[in-house]
Amino acid sequence: MTSDATSSSRNDSPSIRVGLFVTCLVDLMRPNVGFAAVKLLEDAGCLVEVPELQSCCGQPAYNSGDFSDTQRIARQVIAAFEAYDYVVAPSGSCAGMIKEHYPRLFATDAGWRNRAQQLAGRCYELVSFLHDVLAVEDLSIARKGSVTYHDSCSGLRELGIHGQPRAFLGRVSGLELREMTDSNVCCGFGGTFCVKYPKISEHLVSNKVANIADTGADALLGGDLGCLLNIAGRIKREGRATKVYHVAEVLAGMADVPAIGDADTPDDTP
Amino acid sequence: MKPTSSQFKKSARVALVDPDLQRAMGFIRSGFVENRRAAVEKLPEFDELRRSARGIKEHTLQNLDFYLQAFEKRVKADGGQVYWASTPEEARDIVLGICRRAGAKRVTKAKSMVGEEIAINEALESAGFEAIETDLGEYIIQLAEEPPSHIIAPAVHKTKSQITELFHKHHARYGYTERQTEVPGLVDEARQVLREKFLSADVGITGANFLVAETGSTVIVTNEGNGDLTNTLPPVHIVTAGIEKVVPTREDVSTLLRVLARSATGQEMSVYTTFSTGPRRQNDLDGPTEFHVVLLDNGRSQMLGNEFHEMLRCIRCGACMNHCPVYQGIGGHAYGWVYVGPMGSVLTPLMVGLDQAGDLPNACTLNGRCEEVCPMGIGLPGMLRQLRRRQYQNRQTSTVSRVALAAWSFLVRRPRLYRRVMGGAVASLAWLARRRGRFRHMLFAGGWTSVRDLPAPQGSSFQNQWRKRRQGSQS
Amino acid sequence: MSDAREQVLANIRAALNRAGPLPDSIARSLQGRLSRPRANLKPAIGGDTIAHFIEKLGSVSGKITRVASIDKVAEVVARHLESFDLGDALVVAPDPALEGIPWSNRLGVERRAAAGGDRLSVTGAYAAVAETGSLVLLSSPDSPTTLNFLPDDHVIVLRESQIVPHIEDVWVRMRSDKQAMPRTVNFITGPSKTADVEQTIQEGAHGPRRLHVILVAK
Repeated sequence: MTSDATSSSRNDSPSIRVGLFVTCLVDLMRPNVGFAAVKLLEDAGCLVEVPELQSCCGQPAYNSGDFSDTQRIARQVIAAFEAYDYVVAPSGSCAGMIKEHYPRLFATDAGWRNRAQQLAGRCYELVSFLHDVLAVEDLSIARKGSVTYHDSCSGLRELGIHGQPRAFLGRVSGLELREMTDSNVCCGFGGTFCVKYPKISEHLVSNKVANIADTGADALLGGDLGCLLNIAGRIKREGRATKVYHVAEVLAGMADVPAIGDADTPDDTP
Repeated sequence: MKPTSSQFKKSARVALVDPDLQRAMGFIRSGFVENRRAAVEKLPEFDELRRSARGIKEHTLQNLDFYLQAFEKRVKADGGQVYWASTPEEARDIVLGICRRAGAKRVTKAKSMVGEEIAINEALESAGFEAIETDLGEYIIQLAEEPPSHIIAPAVHKTKSQITELFHKHHARYGYTERQTEVPGLVDEARQVLREKFLSADVGITGANFLVAETGSTVIVTNEGNGDLTNTLPPVHIVTAGIEKVVPTREDVSTLLRVLARSATGQEMSVYTTFSTGPRRQNDLDGPTEFHVVLLDNGRSQMLGNEFHEMLRCIRCGACMNHCPVYQGIGGHAYGWVYVGPMGSVLTPLMVGLDQAGDLPNACTLNGRCEEVCPMGIGLPGMLRQLRRRQYQNRQTSTVSRVALAAWSFLVRRPRLYRRVMGGAVASLAWLARRRGRFRHMLFAGGWTSVRDLPAPQGSSFQNQWRKRRQGSQS
Repeated sequence: MSDAREQVLANIRAALNRAGPLPDSIARSLQGRLSRPRANLKPAIGGDTIAHFIEKLGSVSGKITRVASIDKVAEVVARHLESFDLGDALVVAPDPALEGIPWSNRLGVERRAAAGGDRLSVTGAYAAVAETGSLVLLSSPDSPTTLNFLPDDHVIVLRESQIVPHIEDVWVRMRSDKQAMPRTVNFITGPSKTADVEQTIQEGAHGPRRLHVILVAK
């Protein structure tokens, strides 16, 4: 174990060393997702470490056109994670940033491009990592109720995440998955887009919430916290009861905490 | 047309609450989107054809000067004329010159995006010519004095009753006094009114989906027949086309045709695909006696080989805008110029200036559906990001966002400081919202909270909790 | 004007990092690509070309009537005129392939290009494409293009042997026939239509309202 990372593992035999890229939103807004990710990875036999020198993947700077700061942030991420067997993030957009965009960022810098490509080859979003790389079969999880699933855009289109979460949800005993119309259409988050163009974002997110409501599902699940915060915020604003969780929380059996936007002892006075 | 892209935000807000427009946009989802999906499903070779089409375009662009010259040579060998225009103004002058020399009075037009790009209608009208759009959608917006809102279906934003009123008002002078309220009646009346224009036109102007270097042919892909009446009846035929439209051989066009109609409307083949090569031949009984091709640059050559190169592959199918959730919500007029949706958000800033069209690259969630459906695999989100990069480098972004971004970048590059500062902040926010779990209002976050609640942070940050656990397990 | 030409070509070359035109060897190779075109991928369409053509044209509202021989064309056209109340005048392309059709005496037949008031035209075709259900017509003194677009109804007399599998087969046939590109090559796939009013498909926009192919076995 390196001295500037913290780690844990369930067994003593040589394990796959995973560096967990927590993501800023999980770190700040919903740590439970991070702990769910750790549990899922450890249960699958991984040695999980959480490098201290991490914060953000650089998407805000990147999508705002500030490529130099993005490069600085990317170098920090690459340096912190390149020693691990895999870097795994509970987010399609952050994993996509590292996997698809870091190499492009360093197109004219052979040294960093190489390192970025190396890391990209070992970078995965959490659920697809469990399914495609670790071939996890049985989660031994039960949860009664109905859920619907939102396909976040980066995860779907950059990383091909679609079947994997559904495969796992199908193995959760007692859980019914109901597909919504347009599950793969953007929810209107888009990073800074949702605050720069609130009215257009409102149009997209209210369409999404209407589609969710049409399924009658108890809960909405997804793999990206940005989307989930956006959708949960709109569900609450519209006074609807659908609960919103990150799919990792359900799969880890850690979804008995208040849903996104809910409180411990809910006080629903408007 | 004069760009109104600087009014984007205001126009978008208006569009979002316009019930007629919203209803019209619904037709795009049930029509174009669904039809494309069905057509693609029926063709197992679709993806391979897309790759092939992309390869043809890339090869051509790498040798663009060669193919343009080969095209020009063949056009002239068959008795046609070729003109080159660097700017819209030069292109307008060329077209007006041809019309004047022909002693023209009436000019019929089939749909040409390049025609809109150079604002040829206004130029023709100012110079005293009568210019009549003949594509039904273009005719409708010409009567309404509006710009197109979609590159394939320019009048998609108009309702049937709006069209009824337009025809009732403008066709009275031709003796049509009855209000046509149903689609067959409306289409039939337009047919009859425009027939007389077709037959009496002195000049016909069309665009070109493709320019074929092998044969010096221009190709149009239509459904109504207006393009063919425009390129066959008048004695003079003018084609206006961008330089990126050239394609090497008829075989190459055949490949591109297969992906074009399916991507645009879900058709396997449009009703009329027409190759025009030179003027009429010696003993032909009909056809124009003059054939002119105007090749427009207008910044296209400057896109070759740089970060916007891929945009030159565009075959103007419209799939990107059909599938864009932002376009679906706001329609085409908010974009403020002739090219709309994702492709318009790349082309408009490049052609009219980022200072005029600054919102366009930013009003995008980068969701990538456009790139997914593009038959030419154009990386539209990447190019929009490159335009944002130019804005950032030119300091065209707002001070507030620059400061906020700089502050965030400063913090995240110092993870220990970040952990202390942000960890503290979220713990406070969590405590503030401990009863409700969310905020209805949040200082500095009006953009978020005007439209949705802000879920509260759960409590102490993950990193802080993780450290505590580790310290706990070590002691 | 030639200034613009030189400017555009210079811009293109600069953008592609070239000092001037392509080197001769490459230009020659590209010229070869132009003079010996090769087809790219052609989608599979199955064995029965004629059946495929009929199915495709039918799916876009093209009407097809099969006849054993060309003299049957006269009665099919007469029936068409009657069922759509088109009067008794028609214009027939001066095409030698349409010579000798025994038109009824009570019909007024003219052999010329089309004019504004024509109700029905009869033309031949150069070929038909099974892949797409398209008719291919080449402009010529025998086949004036206006006959394909001005009249309300368009009847095409097509022999089964003229049907080819793919779009590219038309170009191959033209090259082997030493048929240069005429003023106009039309690929016609059904009657004219528009969806410009509320995305509702309406046939009979500016071109013919109906397309009727008479498919002659021999």
